[in-house]
Amino acid sequence: MNCRQVVELMTDYLEGTLSAADRARFEEHIAGCDGCRAYLAQMRVTRRLVGRLADEPIPEPVERELLEAFRNWRLP
Amino acid sequence: MQPLPFRSRSYPSPAEAEHIHDSELEALKAGDEAAFQSLIHRHHGPMLRLAMSHVGDRGVAEDVVQEAWLTCLRSLDRFEGRSSLKTWIFGIVINVARARRRKEARILPFASFWRRDDSDSRRPTVDQSRFGSDGMWRAGPHSWDNVPESKVLGGETLQKVKAAIESLPPKQREVILLRDVAGFEAVEVSALLGISAANQRVRLHRARAAVRKMLEEYLG
Ligand SMILES: [Zn+2]
Repeated sequence: MNCRQVVELMTDYLEGTLSAADRARFEEHIAGCDGCRAYLAQMRVTRRLVGRLADEPIPEPVERELLEAFRNWRLP
Repeated sequence: MQPLPFRSRSYPSPAEAEHIHDSELEALKAGDEAAFQSLIHRHHGPMLRLAMSHVGDRGVAEDVVQEAWLTCLRSLDRFEGRSSLKTWIFGIVINVARARRRKEARILPFASFWRRDDSDSRRPTVDQSRFGSDGMWRAGPHSWDNVPESKVLGGETLQKVKAAIESLPPKQREVILLRDVAGFEAVEVSALLGISAANQRVRLHRARAAVRKMLEEYLG
């Protein structure tokens, strides 16, 4: 496995979908390659940073309206 | 920063998952306002991002989210918990957003909102000039360990991430939002979007690689 192949397997590796043999070869390459190790670490940081987009507070007027809708929802 | 949701081997089996969500569903059906409030707080960000990925405009996306919640309330009594509550809610968001996009598209044609969509292609995601003829890095990426944490976690980085996501083709954007923002498992995303496990993975790979690339330009 060379770097060009390894970078395209990063997601399969992170998802745990590589075969045992490919996983072993992937890990063996990573262990000896600074560039690919850095790339893998960057993919992990990327995933974490994308996750921060979830931190979006609900606007207060919207929340109030939805809570009111919820309260009315049970009324006949 | 929010800790990364732990999502590997220990994911509960479907039966367990259903059980976990059951109590929340029961609370909602019983009219527990705190349960509903917790739900809308938890899902607002991911729902808004997902809606924006369909309709482009933030104001319209906010409408879509609100309409989706109202649709949830109207149908809650009929929801039997065959999927998780969260999957059901996001399925509704996707439906409402798609309907809204069709409506908007009739009014003003969706311009070249995205480039050619290569979401399912297996073409390389890394610039091939970065590798030598032996397939090894010519100039490998630098570790971000030496970049100050304040920069990695800073607002400007977040803006870069947003811009990167917005520039993705829709199919990739949808997958990365559902996986990395909404925190769904791979199987759940395949089911929600009606795509194969392999396509889900390829789209996720292309999306993350594209965001990483834009981050590399900024973080070095
Ligand atoms: Zn390498």
